[in-house]
Amino acid sequence: MKEMKRYSLTLTVNNETHALVTPPNRTLLEVLRDDLQLTGTKEGCGEGACGYCTVLVDGQPVRSCLTLAVAMEGRKITTIEGLAQGGKLHPIQAAFVEHHAIQCGFCSPGMILTSYALLNNNPTPTEAEIRRAIAGNVCRCTGYAKIVKAVQSLAGEER
Amino acid sequence: MSDLTTVGKKITKRDAPLKVTGGALYIQDMKIPGMLYGGILYGQYAHAKILKLDTTRAERLPGVMAVITAADVPNDFRFGIMKDNPPLKGGRVRSTRDEIAAVAAVSAEIAAAALELIEVEYEELPGIFDPLEAMKEGAPLVHEEMKSNILKMPWKLVCGDVEAAKKESAYVVSDTFRTQWVTHCCLGTSGCIAVFDTGNNLTMYSNTQIPSLAQNDYIEALAAFGLKGRRVRIIQCTIGGGFGSKLDTYAYEYIAILLAMKTRKPVKFIFSREEEFFATSPRQCSITKISQGCDKDGRLTFREVEMVLDNGAYTSWGATTPSVMMMPISSLYKVPNIKYVAQCVYTNNTYSQAMRGYGNPQATFAIESSLDQLAEKAGLDPYELRFRNANEPGELTPQNFQITSCGMKECMAEVVKRLDWKGKKGNGNGRGVGMASLIHVGGGARVYKSDGCGTIIKMDDRGKVDVMTGATEIGQGSETVIAQIVAEVLGVNIDDINVINNDTDVCPWDVGAHASRTTFVAGNSALGAAQKIREKMLAVAAQNMGEAPASMDIKNGVVFSMQDKEKSMPLSKVLRKVHYSPGGKMFTAEHFYDPPNENFNKEFKGNLSVSYAYGVHGVEVEVDRETGQVKILNYIAAHDVGKAINPMLLEGQIYGGGLMGIGYALGETMIYEKGHLKNGNFLDYKMPTAKDVPPVQAVIVETDEQAGPFGAKGIGEPGLVPTAPAIANAIYDAVGVRIRDLPITPEKVLRALQEKAQADTGRSGA
Repeated sequence: MKEMKRYSLTLTVNNETHALVTPPNRTLLEVLRDDLQLTGTKEGCGEGACGYCTVLVDGQPVRSCLTLAVAMEGRKITTIEGLAQGGKLHPIQAAFVEHHAIQCGFCSPGMILTSYALLNNNPTPTEAEIRRAIAGNVCRCTGYAKIVKAVQSLAGEER
Repeated sequence: MSDLTTVGKKITKRDAPLKVTGGALYIQDMKIPGMLYGGILYGQYAHAKILKLDTTRAERLPGVMAVITAADVPNDFRFGIMKDNPPLKGGRVRSTRDEIAAVAAVSAEIAAAALELIEVEYEELPGIFDPLEAMKEGAPLVHEEMKSNILKMPWKLVCGDVEAAKKESAYVVSDTFRTQWVTHCCLGTSGCIAVFDTGNNLTMYSNTQIPSLAQNDYIEALAAFGLKGRRVRIIQCTIGGGFGSKLDTYAYEYIAILLAMKTRKPVKFIFSREEEFFATSPRQCSITKISQGCDKDGRLTFREVEMVLDNGAYTSWGATTPSVMMMPISSLYKVPNIKYVAQCVYTNNTYSQAMRGYGNPQATFAIESSLDQLAEKAGLDPYELRFRNANEPGELTPQNFQITSCGMKECMAEVVKRLDWKGKKGNGNGRGVGMASLIHVGGGARVYKSDGCGTIIKMDDRGKVDVMTGATEIGQGSETVIAQIVAEVLGVNIDDINVINNDTDVCPWDVGAHASRTTFVAGNSALGAAQKIREKMLAVAAQNMGEAPASMDIKNGVVFSMQDKEKSMPLSKVLRKVHYSPGGKMFTAEHFYDPPNENFNKEFKGNLSVSYAYGVHGVEVEVDRETGQVKILNYIAAHDVGKAINPMLLEGQIYGGGLMGIGYALGETMIYEKGHLKNGNFLDYKMPTAKDVPPVQAVIVETDEQAGPFGAKGIGEPGLVPTAPAIANAIYDAVGVRIRDLPITPEKVLRALQEKAQADTGRSGA
């Protein structure tokens, strides 16, 4: 196979800076998982249909399987590994645990980051807004009931 | 039950913190030093002769370490229950998922490139894709060495005298119902890593739901590959969903083993999403002819069912789903006379496997749809007909199922109340209500010679507990339920329990995460082991404190005398005392629980399960007459679960199962054209999203199942069983059209509405 030209790239992930050299055709997902060993970000379909590869780019949810790594220079990337601080779960992670929004867990990293971004953009989403926000993150285990509940618990809609 | 500290509580899932932080390692995330990446070349035709297969160019590609074809499979090895499936197919392909060559390379990219360099020439053969066509005389044979496409599996159940009952019935209905191919859509795709040590012992990193049986499969394969007597260890990674898909071993696993043998390096396979769709085994489509009758008082008199199932080109557990379909056919409601015949037929389609419910959803769709037709004919409210024939505790069903606990009537009452059945039924204003019930195994299922599960418990000096269980965790929460049971019995905090459930070198035998059996069987096994170690600890503590063991108890990690609360000692101290005394010892206990259920006899009768789970689903729908769109306004899923060990996890099973059932009912279908899957991706195969979820109420109806651990029964599968017929019945109530084939798409509803309108006009014009 022909060797593709490689580009140097500075990637800021979870507030850490990484100097990388990579061919230009690699996705952010591949670089996160293979180069940085951040395997919390999952690949479910490779075509943007499942949401498991969701990461935050400058705070907004992005499908890392459809994003080229070289386009991420200077952007601030947050993966699921960057949410908990000092060994303490972020409230959104804690809510997912508390409300049993987790079964097999494969959709959870993307689901949590999508919910995190929703709550940042809109601290008091309605149930319909929550469902719309996570509609691009497919879950097969939970029926979404407890995921919606977990997000709602942080929206102050529920005691 | 009121003084329980851990059982019955909403304990959070034990592995959730790892999963929410991205720390859980799935097979996708595993790397072994020196590991190679595998890739599989599939045939391009559903049925063809392979005229030429040339791997030379692929072998020459730098980075390719091995290329194998059927010629590299020793001893004509085949796998599957009928041993009709070679891991690599030579000479002929019989379905579009037939594996014909495989590579191992230093990267996944090189493996993919190598596959493209393999040259294949085919001569296409006529294929057979409709099981009814495949059954006909002179149909092309899928396996040319066999005389017929019909599998030699004599699925037949006869109870009583159906012919006599038909004659005596006041009302009889007959109809035909069809269901579609659907697939599990596990979020984590299939994969494995095969690793050999220098002694040719195999370690397989795996996603399997059946570690002990898979271990056996691999041992057999190694023997065929010239490695008889070698050890096999299975390490399960975190599993990204199972739903029955991992109840069998697949070709890619044997291919990984062969490539690892050949290269002497670890070989990893990970399916792409497309492969996951077309190359794993889904729930088969079914054609069901059903007749049922009742007397003038609405007592069911007979049920007669004939079924044809598309087996696909090879045989896995899909071909044995009639053994479970027999359960609702013989024992859902009280029906004295039963006749059931099922035929599984080879076609050039994908081959079928187990999926949550194991045939029960297909059978229940026919039974419960037909039951509504019978109610109408008999002039009865469908609820009334069901209530009159509802199962009850103490019943012995025609198939010899001993019904112990049964909350069917209570579930029905919940549905009627919460749906406002009486107020909403029969209004015919485009809105309607429907219900359907279910029976499923709830106390294990003796489908193999053993239905058992082992547990080993060991305690350390600090009162921490390691529980090694055979039970596999696929997201359902078995590790939490087992920890709760052990914590309850030992009187320790649940955080002191560590459940180890993923390594056959450590964990005892278990038949697998299937048949909704884990809470019941693995739970009883854990209960037994915990009781044994508790007795040992109490005996020692009693001796130390000058008390009788029977007067001792343990709570919050403290052993105390029930008579004199002053007399107490932390459990950790007791453990250390015993350990560090002369001739000291450490506490361990083991327990193997095999439920007292029965294999079927030759007539397919016997008490398959120690207990049976019941449930009733009720639904209110609104049908748009202009578009055929069905909107679910309210959905009640009431389940008799015995006692809930963890109500929160249990609800999770009901919500998840229910939505999978709604997908089955209203949208999901694998579209095959001449054996080629046309919608094998997440964009075109419509799994329900969060926006598609109707208001669902999960209702837990508790009965006390004496044989269950703390009274519990199984709940893994029931959630999706009665969904489709409940919805179909509600649609009929709303607009008067009966949809007989799944999924119930707007197109089908609209066509049925148009046909009805034409028929109504014809009638009024005549």
